Amino acid sequence: MVRIFSIGLLFVILINSSFKTNKPTYPENLSEWGIFEGKMSQLVPKKDLVPYALNTPLYSDYSEKSRFIRLPKGAKVDYKAQGVLDFPTGTLIVKNFYYSADQRSLGKEIEVMETRLLIHESDGWKAMTYVWNEDQSDAVLEIAGDQKQVKFINPQGIAQEVRYVVPNQNQCKGCHNSNDKMMPIGPSVAQMNGDYKYSSGKQNQIDYWKTHGILKSVPNGNLPKAAVWNDPSTGDLNARARAYLEINCAHCHRSDGPAQTSGLYLTAHETNPTALGINKTPVAAGNGSGGNLYDIVPGDANASILLYRMKTKAPGERMPELGRNLVHEEGVALIQQWINEMKNK
Amino acid sequence: MKSIVLFFIGSVVFSLQGLSQADVQKKLQKQLILAEAGAVIELPEGVFEFTNTLSLEEKKKITIRGKGMNKTKLSFKGQTDGAEGIRVSNCDDIILEGFSVQDAKGDAIKTMHVNNITFRDVKTEWTGTPGPQNGGYGFYPVQCDGVMIDQCEAMGASDAGIYVGQSKNIVVKNSKAYYNVAGIEIENSIHAEVFNNEAYQNTGGVLVFDLPDLVQKKGGDVNVHDNNIHDNNFPNFAPKGNIVASVPTGTGILILAAKGVNIFKNKIINNQSVSTGIISYFTTGKPIKDKLYDPYPSAISIYDNQFERQVGRPVSADPLGMLVSKRFKENTPHIIYDGIKNKALLDANGNWTAGNCISIVNNTNQSIVNLDASNLFKDMAIVPNEMFNCTNK
Repeated sequence: MVRIFSIGLLFVILINSSFKTNKPTYPENLSEWGIFEGKMSQLVPKKDLVPYALNTPLYSDYSEKSRFIRLPKGAKVDYKAQGVLDFPTGTLIVKNFYYSADQRSLGKEIEVMETRLLIHESDGWKAMTYVWNEDQSDAVLEIAGDQKQVKFINPQGIAQEVRYVVPNQNQCKGCHNSNDKMMPIGPSVAQMNGDYKYSSGKQNQIDYWKTHGILKSVPNGNLPKAAVWNDPSTGDLNARARAYLEINCAHCHRSDGPAQTSGLYLTAHETNPTALGINKTPVAAGNGSGGNLYDIVPGDANASILLYRMKTKAPGERMPELGRNLVHEEGVALIQQWINEMKNK
Repeated sequence: MKSIVLFFIGSVVFSLQGLSQADVQKKLQKQLILAEAGAVIELPEGVFEFTNTLSLEEKKKITIRGKGMNKTKLSFKGQTDGAEGIRVSNCDDIILEGFSVQDAKGDAIKTMHVNNITFRDVKTEWTGTPGPQNGGYGFYPVQCDGVMIDQCEAMGASDAGIYVGQSKNIVVKNSKAYYNVAGIEIENSIHAEVFNNEAYQNTGGVLVFDLPDLVQKKGGDVNVHDNNIHDNNFPNFAPKGNIVASVPTGTGILILAAKGVNIFKNKIINNQSVSTGIISYFTTGKPIKDKLYDPYPSAISIYDNQFERQVGRPVSADPLGMLVSKRFKENTPHIIYDGIKNKALLDANGNWTAGNCISIVNNTNQSIVNLDASNLFKDMAIVPNEMFNCTNK
């Protein structure tokens, strides 16, 4: 693999003479990374990247996403039952955000918004975002974030318009954060334990990774599997709701995440009912409380702060804090049902 | 885009001439991302509008300096993204000075996991009539070590104007807080000096709280002294659900479940309901499930303060205010204690063990009521000052 970045002079003038580190500068253009095969905007990865999907993905204003991963040549990843896999230095994770013009026929006439890269350098993960240009021929590195209007027709046939917001580099870490270190969020065994339509045919992703020598020491028997939030055949209501909260909230709302100050922990493995929000008073919700007293009131979703914050569009109140301008109606419906059917023990 | 960036030794002047507001946002944010250790980012005089949070992440020794809180104004009135005006996280040695942050949609300035954060000559405000639509916190350092808030002002917060939570080694001095629900609040924090401040026309002037279910469990060594805490009678406008929504209108100082708090040499004047309150978490009526949480106040020392109040009944319409108002009318004592003690800290005779007592001595116009809250206020009564004559030394 050719590492494309070069050690260069930074844009910023170095003020402090004690400054010593040589930071790599990353390519201005996405095309320089050599990720895509053929016409870039078709989002087809080169052969050395493996496409993957998550059972329950993060909601991002109804955008569609495609994900690829490139490991250093010959590298293998150790099996890990819980949490994101420990990918070796040199790993590149690619995530494309796009909208189909009409989401009733996905993949046709897509408009790509941004491509986010996570690169595992020797000193940790680095994130960067490339914003696609108007003619969709390439994307440009944008550290300070961006926004643009996008129109699409949703699966119900209703025309939608959203102010799509590209996060700035600091905001990347607002979510990709574990103990103040940049971390990937999605690719865990549980999240990838599901089928993917590879060019070679449909196959379980863990099987594929195992047979292609990417994942080693995979135990026999049943492996952890995250429910698909909107597919009841993959898990009961509780399993699907917890999978949804885990991917949409727990990147911050966990004991080592940026929202640890709230004491609200929404990981799928949290067992303390108060930490999960049940009859828990808010700490710093401000007007995000929506006039409600507790994060989750069992049996009463409409009196629960958690649901209020999923339903409001007001900045400063809405959750997640970033990447959501449109309410995820189907996600709201799931959590509403979960809270309403919850028994007060 | 016309962008002239001038570099001087040790400082970067942020030139905004001829830029659209969107470009200002992008340009300043870019500078914050690229700033290297030792950088001083200078903000010129003027009003600048932002639609997204300005953030500083994983930096050391950065100063953001405006021309003064009344000259450099960062307005977030049109904010569409981000949950605070300014956010500083995971940094060391950061100085914010000489600007104001207006009308942020959430909190005005949040700093988390910062070692040594200084706010000097900074103002956070929500313009217009104070109301629940305003953001929660003005100054919001949380889980920081080394917090200095000096010569700052906070106005209009629907929670606390100056709030320090789950932090260590804190100084709040020479600052003003007004028209907030809580003027100054120290919550689950250790080693705090709060002095030479003026807290007025808030719902409550100064709060010292220990709350459950948080990462940093316990505060302590909090000294509140030489402050002017007066006329905190602004009707409570906190959104329901927030703990400060239960602060009675007309509160000077409120100690909630805190330990190791010394209140001395303050002027506590014309706070018309509760000049100073000392209560356990039980009195909030909220459930407690955190097994590691200590809901009782203890080791409190209140001395050499001056209490005064205008003639009249308590102004608060909340249950606590109504209760004392009904019973004591114009003669409501200055100091209200709920009487709920941690039995583990009492000896066989029901007296405080060494170092744990609630001491209230040598205050001008001192008067105390024990609510007897644990017995449904059965024996609520004005109690002799001598009952609080003890020492934690």
